[in-house]
Amino acid sequence: MFFQLGWRNIWRNRRRTLVILTAVVIGVWSMIFLGALMRGIADQFVRNGIATLTGHIQVHHQGYRSDPAVQNSIEHPATVKAALTAVLPPDARWAPRVRVSAVASNARHSTGVTMVGIDPPREAAISFIGGAITEGRYLRDEDVYGILVGKALLKKFETHVGYKLVLMSQDTEGEIASRAFRIVGVYRAEMETTERQFVFVTMSAAQQMLKLHTGISEVAILLAVPGEARQVADTLRAELPADEYEVNTWQELLPMVTAIMKIYDWFIYLWFLVVFIAMGFGIVNTTLMAVFERIKEFGLLKALGMKPSWIVRGVLIESFCLLILGMAIGNVAGFVSVLALSGTGIDLSALAAGMEYWGMSRVIYPHILGTDVMMANLVVFILGLVVSLYPAVKAARFTPVEALAHT
Amino acid sequence: MAIVKCTNVKKTYRQNTVAVKALNGVSLSIKKGEFTAIAGPSGSGKTTLLNIIGGLDSADSGRVVVDGNVLNTMRQSQLAQLRLYDVGFVFQAYNLIPVLSAQENVEFVMLLQGVPPAERRERARAILDEVDLRGMYNRRPAELSGGQQQRVAVARSIVSDPSIVLADEPTANLDSKTGASLLEIMEAMNKKKQVTFIFSTHDKMVMDYARRLIYLRDGRIVEDKVRKG
Repeated sequence: MFFQLGWRNIWRNRRRTLVILTAVVIGVWSMIFLGALMRGIADQFVRNGIATLTGHIQVHHQGYRSDPAVQNSIEHPATVKAALTAVLPPDARWAPRVRVSAVASNARHSTGVTMVGIDPPREAAISFIGGAITEGRYLRDEDVYGILVGKALLKKFETHVGYKLVLMSQDTEGEIASRAFRIVGVYRAEMETTERQFVFVTMSAAQQMLKLHTGISEVAILLAVPGEARQVADTLRAELPADEYEVNTWQELLPMVTAIMKIYDWFIYLWFLVVFIAMGFGIVNTTLMAVFERIKEFGLLKALGMKPSWIVRGVLIESFCLLILGMAIGNVAGFVSVLALSGTGIDLSALAAGMEYWGMSRVIYPHILGTDVMMANLVVFILGLVVSLYPAVKAARFTPVEALAHT
Repeated sequence: MAIVKCTNVKKTYRQNTVAVKALNGVSLSIKKGEFTAIAGPSGSGKTTLLNIIGGLDSADSGRVVVDGNVLNTMRQSQLAQLRLYDVGFVFQAYNLIPVLSAQENVEFVMLLQGVPPAERRERARAILDEVDLRGMYNRRPAELSGGQQQRVAVARSIVSDPSIVLADEPTANLDSKTGASLLEIMEAMNKKKQVTFIFSTHDKMVMDYARRLIYLRDGRIVEDKVRKG
């Protein structure tokens, strides 16, 4: 009957209840929806980082990361390949790469780029490039002079598919090496900086140009279960000679992304708190009003033998009913909003330049995380009850005589 | 044996700098099963005395004993316990819980006492039948007349078999016919269950019904008479 009493009490002033209920619903909805948007941005950020030639794990020659010169390449990839075969889970994929800084030029323009020599079929399975071709075609193994360039670079160089592009870099002997390639395809990436930075040639073309023979710069690994990255990296480290090879997870390779993820975590929880503070004032105010309107009734309850703690419980039950109802509607609204945008996402192409500056994608797909939803609900529920304690204690403190005499 | 015993009870209220003596050395003894009215003009201390006997208010000095409990030494939680089990209240303004039905209002005290739901329902309906409210169990206070509401309040006060029922001006808001009917119900309850009733009133009809009449004036008892028969 206490719940019945609490439930009926909250509907005594229907308009006021609807107002505070709306505040709770909007609060919970915004926590879930905006939390999911922020998670979506963060996820996209990580996904972009991993897809943009990082993968979950990378293997390099010792010293390559501090000095990514062609001289620091892996000379005997067979050792790494053998270790990968022994260690990687069956559903993991990997691809070798040659990666050097180069200068790209045509008749009109020149700019610094990163030349990436790839094994076309393997690379397509682990990075964005396989599905990113918008003009022309993807590289084939036999494309000794074929090159893929980004749309932004193509535009900057005022060139087209089928035109020539010359790459220049330093080979293993310290000499300047150059080679003319023909643009076979154009790719689009999440970020324009990627399109301007990377050009892709076949592995054999890069090895020939740089006189690398069978050498490679790195091996990138993509796991089916991203959460296994640290464990797989540890096993791989144990399998490879430590003085020759370095194995890193994406968290180590992309420290800024890792840091931003942590910042997003705090940002989301800070957001929850800010929303709650606004909502909390509403809850306290409404509950206080409800308490002061019923002072005489609390006097009666005390006269009937209700202990102060029971009165506190009674007022908290009213807040409980309000919070549970508001949370239920807010959760449904939050999930429906996220579901509605899960297919199309939110297209922010119009703000692409600004978005890129922050490392964000053009389209944001909200992503609901169970822990965020749980945290949002816990914040509203627990803090909602905590702030209701003030009016509840006030109600319990009226003496019966004072309260009954109240008009 | 006295169910209520007050010895030299004093109570002074302060309103800003003015001290108002509500009770000025009241001593009285009420036996179990009495049907007593405390009468007197407004401001004579009737309600204050009733509140002190019911543990709603405390005396500044003197001793108040209700059903063997010395109220002066009891903590708030103990007084709440006393009000829950030993004292029933009927107020002038009925004071029912507006969101509960007649039956739920009557059940409420038993709910606080931890009486099982089926027993609560049975006892509430039985007492509502006794106060002529059969068929009105599910009506909320707003759907009942003043007399019907006061009968619900009487049913609530008596349903858990308290030692005493304190009724503060119970007929003040009722017409004479409804007031008389209510008094008949309370008198019947008093005779049937041997519950002690103490009224505060300045209604002549209530004074006529009472078997003992205590007059208060300026916080003192000026007359205490027992009606014969």
